[in-house]
Amino acid sequence: MSYEDTRPDALDRPRPRSLADLFLSFSWLALQGFGGVLAVAQRELVEKKRWLTREEFTEEWAVAQIMPGPNVINMAIMLGGRHFGWRGGVAALAGMLSAPLLITLCLAVVYGQLSQYPAVAGALRGMGAVSAGLITATGIKLIPGLRKNVLGPVVCISLGLAALLAVAWLRLPLVWVLLVLGGIGMGLAYRRLSP
Amino acid sequence: MSPLLMSAADWLQLVLHFATLSLLGIGGAITTLPDMHRYLVDRQLWLSDAQFNASVALAQAAPGPNILFVALMGWHVGLNAGGGWLALMGAIITLAGILLPSSIIAYSGGQWSHRNRELRAVRAFKAGLAPTVIGLLIATGTVLATASGSTLDQWPVWLIAAVSTLIVWRTKVHILWLLGTGALIGAFFLA
Repeated sequence: MSYEDTRPDALDRPRPRSLADLFLSFSWLALQGFGGVLAVAQRELVEKKRWLTREEFTEEWAVAQIMPGPNVINMAIMLGGRHFGWRGGVAALAGMLSAPLLITLCLAVVYGQLSQYPAVAGALRGMGAVSAGLITATGIKLIPGLRKNVLGPVVCISLGLAALLAVAWLRLPLVWVLLVLGGIGMGLAYRRLSP
Repeated sequence: MSPLLMSAADWLQLVLHFATLSLLGIGGAITTLPDMHRYLVDRQLWLSDAQFNASVALAQAAPGPNILFVALMGWHVGLNAGGGWLALMGAIITLAGILLPSSIIAYSGGQWSHRNRELRAVRAFKAGLAPTVIGLLIATGTVLATASGSTLDQWPVWLIAAVSTLIVWRTKVHILWLLGTGALIGAFFLA
């Protein structure tokens, strides 16, 4: 292979040990993910388990995002599949869904009884605000990973800011933002990467 | 609401509809929410508005991937059709419908892109998309924080969101503590 491996630690890095490890890791990850799993996924997979580096996480996330379906689920399937083939994908998917599905259904039953109390609705809003903060912080924590990006800091910051404004402020449809800004980024990156 | 009549063909149609949306939900199934509302509430009358909204809110409050809101929609359709086992079946088959097609694509795409990770096009794809993806994440947080309105009287929600952003960014405090605190503050001050 004529390419230099930019990830020298790729071989001795921690990885899932078995299908059960995958299932349990993703169950534990999903159970901590209130209001979305992404923030927890970043913390567990990158900071705690170190199955992925910050750069790899962003890259996998980019692939997971461009494909149809829920991003975190796509990412779990891709990660499981990489280590254990289709069985790994199924184990990661099952881990991600089984326990949370049970809890969500129980919650739906309980909510049917409690929905008239304002404190319950207030608590839901408080948790929603926290989970919004979680997602923002996850994005911020991934920024340093861009330092190694071939696009260079100016292009990276411009594209990132443009995406932020397009979705948060102008409320443009995600598909177009991904196609246009992602397309520009890919074109530039393709030109800068030597063949 | 008198029990809804759901034939096997209706259930099949429901699953197939979600299976179609599964392929369209690029950037997350949440982007197909407007179409789900059109289909389930407006056209088929299988769900009430309140049930639709509760399905989304409950899935946000529960742990796990947000896609579980689809299971809750199936659950509520099952409840309307007579409840019990039908609700459970509704939850499972709608979840399978929304996940199966996209998961197969994610698996094949993930395997292919990993096998070809040294290809110039694949490296350009990942590197070129990275800054946009990070911008989108920060935007999602912002959109969620202002989901209940962007008027000034919403400041407590923004404050909670801003403070938890800082804490998650700069510290290693466990996320469950933050969510618990958020729920308590919400129960007393946002009610």
